[in-house]
Amino acid sequence: MTALLATGGWLPVSVVLSSFLTGIFIFFLREEDVLMRSLLNLGGAVLKVALGILLLWGVAQGFVYTFVLPLGAGLDLILFADPLALQFVLLSAGLWLVTTVYAIAFLEGSPERSRFFGYFSLCVTASTGIALAGNLLTFVIFYEFLTLATYPLVVHHGTREALKAGRTYLIYTLGGGMLLFIGAVWLQGLIGPVVFGPVPALAETDLPRGVLIAIFWLIAGGLAVKAAMVPVHGWLPTAMVAPAPVSALLHAVAVVKAGAFGLFRLVYDVYGIALAGAPAMGGLLAMLASVTIVYGSLRAIAESDIKKRLAYSTVSQLSYIALGTALGGPLAAVGALAHLVHQGLMKITLFFCAGRLAETYDIHNVHELAGMGRRMPVTMTAFTVAALGMIGLPPVAGFVSKWYLALGGLQTGNDWVLAVLVLSSVLNAAYFLPPLYVAWFTAPPPEARLQRRILPGWVEWGLLVPPVITASLALVAGLLAALPISPLAWAELIVALRYFPVTGDGP
Amino acid sequence: MDQADIYILAGMALFAIALHALAARRHLVRKVLAINILGGGCFLVLIAVARRAPGPVADPVPHAMVLTGIVVAVSVTAVALILVRRIRSATGRTDFPEDNRDDRV
Amino acid sequence: MVDTSWAAIAVAVPLLAALASLWPGRWTAVAVMAVAVPGALLATLGVVWTVYEIGVYRHPVGGWGAPLGIDLYVDGLAAAFLALLAVVAGLASLHVLADPDVKAMPRRRQSLFWSLWYWVWGALAAMFVSGDAFNIYVTLELATLAGVILVSFGHGAVALFASLRYLLIGTLGALSYVLGVALLYGATGTLDLVLLGERLVPGPAVVVAAALVTVGLAIKAALVPLHIWLPPAHGSAPAGVSAILSALVVKAGFYLLVRYWLGPFVSLGDGVATALGILGAVGVLWGSLNAIRQERLKLLVAYSTVAQVGYLFLLFPLAAAGGHVMAWSGAHLLVLSHATAKAAAFLAAGNILTSQGTDHLSEIGRASHHHRLSLLAFGLAGATLMGLPPSGGFLAKWLMVTAAVETGQWWWAAVLIIGGKLAAIYVYRVVRLGFVTSPMEPPGAAGPPRPPGLLPVPMLTILAALGLAVVSVGLGFASAPPLRLLQIGMPAAPGIALEPLP
Repeated sequence: MTALLATGGWLPVSVVLSSFLTGIFIFFLREEDVLMRSLLNLGGAVLKVALGILLLWGVAQGFVYTFVLPLGAGLDLILFADPLALQFVLLSAGLWLVTTVYAIAFLEGSPERSRFFGYFSLCVTASTGIALAGNLLTFVIFYEFLTLATYPLVVHHGTREALKAGRTYLIYTLGGGMLLFIGAVWLQGLIGPVVFGPVPALAETDLPRGVLIAIFWLIAGGLAVKAAMVPVHGWLPTAMVAPAPVSALLHAVAVVKAGAFGLFRLVYDVYGIALAGAPAMGGLLAMLASVTIVYGSLRAIAESDIKKRLAYSTVSQLSYIALGTALGGPLAAVGALAHLVHQGLMKITLFFCAGRLAETYDIHNVHELAGMGRRMPVTMTAFTVAALGMIGLPPVAGFVSKWYLALGGLQTGNDWVLAVLVLSSVLNAAYFLPPLYVAWFTAPPPEARLQRRILPGWVEWGLLVPPVITASLALVAGLLAALPISPLAWAELIVALRYFPVTGDGP
Repeated sequence: MDQADIYILAGMALFAIALHALAARRHLVRKVLAINILGGGCFLVLIAVARRAPGPVADPVPHAMVLTGIVVAVSVTAVALILVRRIRSATGRTDFPEDNRDDRV
Repeated sequence: MVDTSWAAIAVAVPLLAALASLWPGRWTAVAVMAVAVPGALLATLGVVWTVYEIGVYRHPVGGWGAPLGIDLYVDGLAAAFLALLAVVAGLASLHVLADPDVKAMPRRRQSLFWSLWYWVWGALAAMFVSGDAFNIYVTLELATLAGVILVSFGHGAVALFASLRYLLIGTLGALSYVLGVALLYGATGTLDLVLLGERLVPGPAVVVAAALVTVGLAIKAALVPLHIWLPPAHGSAPAGVSAILSALVVKAGFYLLVRYWLGPFVSLGDGVATALGILGAVGVLWGSLNAIRQERLKLLVAYSTVAQVGYLFLLFPLAAAGGHVMAWSGAHLLVLSHATAKAAAFLAAGNILTSQGTDHLSEIGRASHHHRLSLLAFGLAGATLMGLPPSGGFLAKWLMVTAAVETGQWWWAAVLIIGGKLAAIYVYRVVRLGFVTSPMEPPGAAGPPRPPGLLPVPMLTILAALGLAVVSVGLGFASAPPLRLLQIGMPAAPGIALEPLP
């Protein structure tokens, strides 16, 4: 076992490759090879989780994992596993496994599944690469790779509407990629390779302030596109035309989190909070995040299509992470990183449930939920847990992150954050409580108007078990937040490394 | 200005005249002829350069180059003439169509 | 493996294959290829290895030595181009071998086709290792002549017009070049590029000579505004031919310009470097905008070549301003990745054209499932054209933009970035077709194996396209060895000490 742990750089590489090779193999499978494809998919996903846990264990034992591939001319591709990277790796790997189960059931009998699962695996590869990226160049490579790998999933249905959404998606993300590229090359041209880690790359810089601000906003602007911050959030609601598993994993977790995760790396590992906390950088970013939080919630209230409402909710909730990052205090940072995981668990649950409702009863609209609590009690319970978490009700995980964000706002002297959080929670309640009320407390329409589609038994289970698991996890993450293995404790460790690098004690 | 310089200038003048012809003449055979005169201009310059070498005899290297160049020019002319003939038999044209951008020719 | 004669073998193998191919018959083609492709790859490997081991070297062919015999001059750049040639031409050969269009030709025409194919290959190999201005002329003209005839194998009168135009303009370029060489010889008494650099004294005659050489080579490299011959020729030639013309023959013009302007001409001033850069920038914009407007896939790819060649010319102003190492590495990595990507794109386009009988974009979407592997190859190649990761094109652009940033010339960076976005538009126009739900293929679980009216595509042709696309993507990760190779014998910028790379 120790031999396995001491493989040095090859462990992070194999974490990335576990889904990459899966994807490549799947591309070459025939449509009819359902069993082979499902086995490969699940095998790859289980392997990735196992390797991720192995990596975690190794890091806990003090092993250092750094993989360096020289690209020539002074450039390196670096994969490394620090606690922050591990958090994102385990989140995406774990949710990939759950989503794979869901997706196999969801897409049963639909065309072009080999293509779908192939690109799905490549997307997870890209987000793992983003997580494990050890320097800015590697981050940019995987970030752009994610853009390209997601496009085929957005346009999967091949309809006019899907192609149009794909086009919007590309315009936004390629534009964002361009900003990121310019900022990254500019910075690297000035100070040489930008390596991530507890010590910020710009810790002792003598660059002019104007240049620093310009580069910060170029990079942050590029990241904000994927993080769906106002005013560059427009692609996310449009992209909801993609199949439900894509919306669940990519547009609630992997893609959007890549942007939020990148913002954290930018603020803490590239600029350092001392520098990035300036009003022209972190301050403005926090304002922007607050605007997004409120704006996203307002738009969510206006939408009656379930997936669209969830999408605007994602827009809003993601900016909690950006807000916590930009505020620049240890407690706010803990809140941001905890929310990275918590929001993922809750939002994926909501999308799973929405997909199941659409598949079983062809329900797409909030008003059609009437009586669903009685017809699909388990699904609606999972939905309810996640929705209450989103509002921030204890003991679901969402409460924990909001609590820390509020404390962080007070700690950094930004008392207005409290107002934003309260307003946002009220708005969250305004768009989540009505569907819950309709589902649980109104009578279902007459039987004739509501045809339940007959699905094979294993498909039913495949659609039901994943949301139950993720909802339970969201609940457990909130209930057991004080345990050392909870997302919150892990977030505290990551933040401690950056604020108290010598002792490693908590804040 | 010695004799060789005059030849060099003459060669370059030939080159310029042929360049004009290549651009201005529409008939394909005239274009092929222009290419040949273009080559003639080059070779004249090379021969003149050979004459300028110090010593009693001309420099053999440019002569060798001219010989090689003539072989190349003959091959080019042959290929060009075959293409002109094939164009003529395929389309009846002896000049380039105005619009060469798409496949409607 | 250290043996200087590998370079001569790398030239001799394709030339012998050209002769052997004249014996008609399908089996000749297979047998010649089975020997020539591995042979050329092996010889190239020997050249690369030797350069790694002993650095820049000369090889006197037949032991005669200059000035009577011919000296081969091999440095890292030459070895890298030889390697590119062997990989691209080798994989494209597989495509040609299985190409239904080529197989449909009469036997004698087939053997002629193969012979000319290897002629282009041999001429390019000889050019890359040539250190002599006049030998370069001969190889340039041989490559053009053989290429012209290959273009005329394309369909219809368009191909004939295109090939004659290519011949006339190409010969004009070659003659302009040779006239310049004649004047240079008159001024310096040597044809050897290294000696030329030592003896060159700037003066009016030398300036005229340099201008003639530059215009001649710029025609071959399709630098705007001397590019008009390229789109029709590359758009109408058989797929394999378009691939090697766009990937290799055009790059040869650029290669020689680098040899001259970062070699003997370097003292003639930075003004020309800037001018070349501006023309390159115009080429990027003009070529991209035209590619966006095209309705036929092959013409789109051809105009993309005009654009991509434009990027390469940014090397000159970047190097002149001191962004030497980054620009050199970036531009040549772009050569390698663009050549493989462009060859892949042309082979993929050829597969679609052969199968469907048309390469109009509006038609391709009707059989997207049938073309999916070709479109996948095109999409992978598209990553390099757009300069997006994971691809060699991304890394190359990163290096070139870094050079622009380091030398404070942000406008060249803007050209690179805008060009990349324009490329994204034309690549997108094609790639999206792969996802259209098509009327010819009703959305069933599997769909019919092949919609009616479409010809089958041989697997080998698809593999050749995919293989090249994978190489261009792989160059984004395995870039260290080629970049190290390119450093060997890299010319120093004027007045700037070379800093060794970490």
